[in-house]
Amino acid sequence: MLLAEGLRHSFGAVRALDDVSFSVQPGQTLAVFGPNGAGKTTLLKVLAGLIQPQRGRAQVDGGRRAIGWIGHQPQLYGQLTIWENLRFWASVYDVPESEFPVRKDSLLVRLGLQDHEHRRVSELSRGLVQRAAIARALIHDPRVLLLDEPFTGLDRMAAAELRELLSEDAAEGRASVLVTHNVDEGAELATHIAFMRVGRFVHFAPRAGRGPEQVGEDYRNAIA
Amino acid sequence: MRSPNLLRHAWAVASKDLLVEFRSRTAILSVAVFVVLVLVVFQFGHDPTAVSNVDLAPSILWVTFTFAAILALNRAFQLELENQALEGLLLAPIERSSIYLGKLIANLVFVATIELIGVPLLALFFNVPVLPYLAPLIAVIALATVGFVAVGTLFSAMTVRTRFAELLLPVLLLPFMIPPLSWAVLATGRLLAGRPLSEIAGWLNMLAVYDIVFVTLALLLFPATVNE
Amino acid sequence: MRMVRVGRWITAIGLVLLAGVYVRALSYTPVEQSQGLAQKIFYLHVPAAIWAETAMILVGLSSVFYLFTKDPRLDRFAAASAEVGTVFCAIVLTTGPIWGKPIWGTWWTWDARLTFTLFLFLLYIGYLLLRSAVPDPAMRARYAAVLGICGMCEVPFIHFSVYMFPTLHPMPIVLKPSAPSLPGSMLLTWLLSLGVFTLLYVGFVVQRYAVSYLHEQLEGVGEVGHA
Repeated sequence: MLLAEGLRHSFGAVRALDDVSFSVQPGQTLAVFGPNGAGKTTLLKVLAGLIQPQRGRAQVDGGRRAIGWIGHQPQLYGQLTIWENLRFWASVYDVPESEFPVRKDSLLVRLGLQDHEHRRVSELSRGLVQRAAIARALIHDPRVLLLDEPFTGLDRMAAAELRELLSEDAAEGRASVLVTHNVDEGAELATHIAFMRVGRFVHFAPRAGRGPEQVGEDYRNAIA
Repeated sequence: MRSPNLLRHAWAVASKDLLVEFRSRTAILSVAVFVVLVLVVFQFGHDPTAVSNVDLAPSILWVTFTFAAILALNRAFQLELENQALEGLLLAPIERSSIYLGKLIANLVFVATIELIGVPLLALFFNVPVLPYLAPLIAVIALATVGFVAVGTLFSAMTVRTRFAELLLPVLLLPFMIPPLSWAVLATGRLLAGRPLSEIAGWLNMLAVYDIVFVTLALLLFPATVNE
Repeated sequence: MRMVRVGRWITAIGLVLLAGVYVRALSYTPVEQSQGLAQKIFYLHVPAAIWAETAMILVGLSSVFYLFTKDPRLDRFAAASAEVGTVFCAIVLTTGPIWGKPIWGTWWTWDARLTFTLFLFLLYIGYLLLRSAVPDPAMRARYAAVLGICGMCEVPFIHFSVYMFPTLHPMPIVLKPSAPSLPGSMLLTWLLSLGVFTLLYVGFVVQRYAVSYLHEQLEGVGEVGHA
């Protein structure tokens, strides 16, 4: 589903990726934890095809069309309504005309946005914008989800909602790579855990039932 | 074939941009006001016995059009930056060129709207005969506009991420605007003075060549401005 | 460091030879009939103009190759050529009016050739401004390359206009389709001057290239920040 082989990439003298290899199968969620500057965002960008790695390769089945990205930026146009935003992003992802209404409606209901469909994004509260951003990421039914610090700025309830949504998605067979510096938020969702430091994976293994506290401890041991 | 998708995606980007602009309407209104302002000021400012309207008209026309163009260009990629949506566009399975093409189309529509307002107003306020030369005049205006908006759209993709973006864009654009602009002003002047078409044929050709060269170049170079 | 020294030597030789060319131009070359003594600036003005335009074309060419290979040496060369081209452009723009005032009676005229040399100068300034506005080296090189290529393609359009506008400016007498219409002695002086300017271009570019290489090394170690 998603494959990384020997990824190496530097920005000038800074090594952002240093021989990273892994794979993620459908239904699996890989959580990558690491301090800021470890290269986590670079890794996601390489997976998404935004950056061509200097060495190695990354492959996602289905290419860019199959990828959905959820980051801390909503990537929504403030002056347009939720409907118009979804319409635009759907057309850019070649979602068939016939399928758009159905998908849009089911997403809006699932995210609790049906009443706000025709409101401008700039008028929405923070929480609604976050949810709209998720709708945008999912409108083209991506098989792979890449998440870059998605819990940033979310309150506890919103974070819990996001976690619930992601685990539902995984149950439906989506593969996800979640990148964050906050172990508590990502640990529950993960089927596999990786710790990243200075561009390398210093740990990569199935979570095997370890809870967030245990994962947190492993992390502190590995990174310290 | 990639072409049908390219145009379709370009059109999606363009209509999104135009929709956003239509929602806020600030830019188009401020430019329209500027056009009227320039026309009125020049009307009061000039001595009709010293300088005829026909001599003044081309310069006034093109001053307003270039101002409109610069305004549109500054906003084109600013829109993406504000909403942090550029990354989303780059993630999408669309050709980079379609982003450029879409922005180009939106900018051209914006400037064309101003031109559609400016020319009749000029004809009205300055009593300059425009209808007899309408077709060649449209040709000159269209060709010149495509020329500098094409280059401007490419440059604005770069300047939007620098400091002093709004200052840097006109500075970079100036030497690229002058050739098409000067040909356009001269051709417009000749047209309005009732000179035969054969006299401006040379300039029309140059404008067409300029357009082909720089639109092609911009399409080829645009990916370098957004890819890392 | 060695490169800087080599560059300095070339430049020094070039400047000495330039003085030599001028001695020849002033003393040993006939005075032109209609323009008098002021015409002597031609030996400085025209080769500088040729190199000002050539430097831009070289910026464009190395930019094209840079976009394909991403070799930083090409970017460094482009930057060096652009700076030197700017200087030569400035020479043309100052010697032009000095030549023109006695003959045309005016310091500046919106003559096609002068105007477009002005715009070549603006192209250069824009290029240098863009470079200074982007702190990230990779992005800077990419953006500069895009602008450089556009600038190179703009040059022919600037050139064409000379033949389309009625002008005060002397029509080309050396670089034109038929044979140069310059008497032997003057032609020789002009060729010598062209050679000297070529040498100067090479010398300046080599120095500038070497300096920016050193600067990059220092930037890498954190000794120097981006301006």
